[in-house]
Amino acid sequence: MTDALENPNYPVPDELKSNVIVTTIDRLYNWGRRSSVWPMMFGLACCAIEMICTAASRYDLSRFGMEVMRPSPRQSDLMIVSGTVTKKMIPVIVRLYNQMPEPKYVMAMGACASGGGPFKEGYNVVSGVDKFIPVDVYVPGCPPTPQALLNGLIKLQEKIDSQSIASVPWYQSGNSEPVPVPLLGPDLIDLRQRPLFNQLAKQPAAQAVTE
Amino acid sequence: MTEVVAPTVEAPAAALESRFPGAVTPDARAGYSGYVVAADQLIEVATALRDEMGYDYLSSVTGVDYIADGKLEAVYHACKTTGGPALVLKVQAPREAPVVPSLVNVYPGADFQEREAYDMYGIRFAGHPNLKRILMWEGFAGYPLRKDWKEAYYEGETKPFESRWPGGDFVRAEEKNIFSHNVAYPAGFTPDDWVPESEVSQYPVFDPSTQGEGHGLKTDKLVVNIGPQHPSTHGVFRMLVTLDGETIVNLQPVMGYLHRNHEKIGERNTFLHNMPFTDRLDYISSMSNNLGYALAVEKLMKVKVPERAEYIRVLMVELTRICNHLWAVGFLLNDLGAFFTPALYAIRERELILDFFEATAGSRMMCNYMRFGGVARDLPERIRDDNTLDFLNDMVFNRLPRAIDDLETYLTDNEIIRSRCIGVGVLPPQQAVAFSAAGPLLRASGVAYDLRRADPYSIYDRFDFKVCTRPNGDIYDRYLIRMDEMRESAKICQQVLRDMPTGGDILAGKPAYNVRVPAGESYGRVEGPKGELGFYIVSTGKTNPYRYHVRAPSFINITLLGELCKGHKVADVVAILGSIDIVLGETDR
Amino acid sequence: MYGLGIVKGLWVTVQHFVDTYTDDIRWLSKRYIDPDKLSYRQSSKGKGLFTVQYPEEKLEVPERFRYLPFLLYEEKPDGTKEDRCTSCGICAKVCPPQCIWIERTEDPVTKRPVPAPKAFFIDTDICMNCGYCAEYCPFDAIKMDHDYEIASYDRTGAHVYDKEKLSKPVSYYAGIRPTDYAAEEQARAEAEAKKAARKAR
Repeated sequence: MTDALENPNYPVPDELKSNVIVTTIDRLYNWGRRSSVWPMMFGLACCAIEMICTAASRYDLSRFGMEVMRPSPRQSDLMIVSGTVTKKMIPVIVRLYNQMPEPKYVMAMGACASGGGPFKEGYNVVSGVDKFIPVDVYVPGCPPTPQALLNGLIKLQEKIDSQSIASVPWYQSGNSEPVPVPLLGPDLIDLRQRPLFNQLAKQPAAQAVTE
Repeated sequence: MTEVVAPTVEAPAAALESRFPGAVTPDARAGYSGYVVAADQLIEVATALRDEMGYDYLSSVTGVDYIADGKLEAVYHACKTTGGPALVLKVQAPREAPVVPSLVNVYPGADFQEREAYDMYGIRFAGHPNLKRILMWEGFAGYPLRKDWKEAYYEGETKPFESRWPGGDFVRAEEKNIFSHNVAYPAGFTPDDWVPESEVSQYPVFDPSTQGEGHGLKTDKLVVNIGPQHPSTHGVFRMLVTLDGETIVNLQPVMGYLHRNHEKIGERNTFLHNMPFTDRLDYISSMSNNLGYALAVEKLMKVKVPERAEYIRVLMVELTRICNHLWAVGFLLNDLGAFFTPALYAIRERELILDFFEATAGSRMMCNYMRFGGVARDLPERIRDDNTLDFLNDMVFNRLPRAIDDLETYLTDNEIIRSRCIGVGVLPPQQAVAFSAAGPLLRASGVAYDLRRADPYSIYDRFDFKVCTRPNGDIYDRYLIRMDEMRESAKICQQVLRDMPTGGDILAGKPAYNVRVPAGESYGRVEGPKGELGFYIVSTGKTNPYRYHVRAPSFINITLLGELCKGHKVADVVAILGSIDIVLGETDR
Repeated sequence: MYGLGIVKGLWVTVQHFVDTYTDDIRWLSKRYIDPDKLSYRQSSKGKGLFTVQYPEEKLEVPERFRYLPFLLYEEKPDGTKEDRCTSCGICAKVCPPQCIWIERTEDPVTKRPVPAPKAFFIDTDICMNCGYCAEYCPFDAIKMDHDYEIASYDRTGAHVYDKEKLSKPVSYYAGIRPTDYAAEEQARAEAEAKKAARKAR
């Protein structure tokens, strides 16, 4: 029995191997969680169309218990960031993320959400949503086909499977800290960088970075 | 059907010169056309153009930065709804203090486009009622499309960038930025000393004192903010709705949440580089975008497209139109509350068309299929287990007509749909033309304006099809017109399959990655599924476009949203927005 | 009669519902396992349930399908690998979002360029899968891959592909794109024959 538990029949990614403590309760707990991941009904750009196709007739997300797309962040477990994240949109995305209850997962779907994508050089584009919120699974592609997205969702299920009720952060003491919502000034302002701003303002020589 | 009242005798556009001596001069630059108009006479010229010469439809407004001459130029394309090519007007203003009179009172459709030109170039349109930034936010530093404005990740004026080869020293752009973000601030900026722009100052509608008194009993008006994250907004789109009780008294669209700098990137790109970027404009109908862009560049290059390629292009574009309308109809029903079943049936048919695109072009959505002078590859031998021609014949002769009939039985007579849609969001034809509405939105109001007939391109003059119109201009008619257009598109596809030559070239000349385009300007436009999709290109004879502007039907059609929604209930907003059929990739670019 | 329109609509959905079962009975249990049946179900003749049971069954991608690019190398009979890439830089120039970085090899003595890449990077977080690199490569050295099952938990390391990660054997390419491969081989053979003929003359 223990052998089977220690060697689950799904591949456990290397970076998660150290914290795998599989117990029977964990199995039940994770089975419940992984079979009812409710994504947020939240589309940004081109990838959202492929996300809708994944939920539609041909690929049918409900086979994974994920068809309940919730329009409210309060009811959702997974945010699929499906498209280009712009500076004008990132404050909204961060706010939505802060409103999601734990446990929450984020998937960066497509090149744009992962790292800026083909529009990376643009003046209104954020170089990947992980600059602001933690991402659990990245799905490359521009846009990822529905099967690629499903592959990413299965990867997410594997990640959920590898977590243990004893060590998951949302049962530890206290609530998680919300991510500070960036502001829209002359350009996007990441408030976590306030010390850097002040330091730069003090030494005018370093301002060569900007025009 | 109400006809648009056209003057009985139209003076030719050339009469402008004698009518306004000194103020209107022909544009003499090589490769340019149209007239340069003095700024102080623009409104008179535009009024004469509209009322006396029949140019009742202002297709596009944009700006160009001629930095070498120290001038900013506002460019207008006006057309007749009775057909014919566009007339180009230009107004020049000095870069330091660019002021151009606003045309909002002559052509209300100029509203958002002028705001966009202000946002991107800082051209002040005197007399515009709400001249605020539209794609970027208020307070953003600089006017990004000006030639001397550089983005944070600036690497070079034009692509290809030199760091890529032969040095090849890979480094991510964010690693070179001191903030490790895609940002740049004015010198000495700190968030501590900065006062953020408040919501009220950006959107005065939030200020209770602007609401005015209610009539009769004193009632408060309520401002409801819908979006940018809202399931009914078809993407990241925001509406500020002012309600009196449950009735909408004002609706203000806010956009730019998907502004991905298509035009700035497009001016760094080479001509060929832009092709896959156009896929991502209206990402539901990439083939149409490809064709529009290819036409605009081919106009300058003066290449002749081989016969077979023309047929393949038409086939692709019409299938795209069917795809788009299936999607629009399915999701209109979603917006009406018929959650997902109609969309599922529609998406199933769309998937089969996408299979064909994937087998031919290599990708379901981002086809990147057209090239200057033809198409990238010939049709494949097989699609799954079927011979391609058998698959296509089966699809356009049997399957699609059957599927459209199926949808029609399923939806058209449905009492709930009829009571939700008939008489809601009515758009009179005069208003539709004045606001530069395009595509199904315009034709559902009874204006038979379809570029495939009005200003024929490619080989559309060879096909027998009807320009569908519907008389009432409400949501129901906008639904019906999409059904009609799908049938007509299927008819065109049938003719293509009948007449298409079996062999021959699919590309004029050899495949070339570094095309040089003769200097000049060109405006290529196609009847996209959502309306007139135009590409305005200025070339200086180099490998990169000097100016690259997209006249996006979704963006301009949305100008009407506020007008259409007035007097209706909140639930109708969702349906009206769905019936306009916007795609945010194109609205915000 | 009021309500008839709704009844007509319901009739359509009932037909679709029944179709899913008649089709099930027709193929019996083979429906979900047999790749031929999958292909039939997904064609324009298919009726009834349309769903692909990914990951148990996978919808085959067409030959021209493009995802991320990869580099080709020839497997020599003696076991060594020879890159087809000559580091001419056309793919880097034609790449619309400029996601390709190539470092050209220099001869250590003469300092003249050697036709082989020293380093080759593709940032897949920028790549737009447009296929230009493969389309315009004069040496058929870079092609678009079919592998889309590449989701990862981390991007800093995993999403920048270096030469090692990009390289795949020509036999792999011949497997995923047999028609293209055959056409290219034929064109190459013809060109060589012409060259030989010219030399012989």
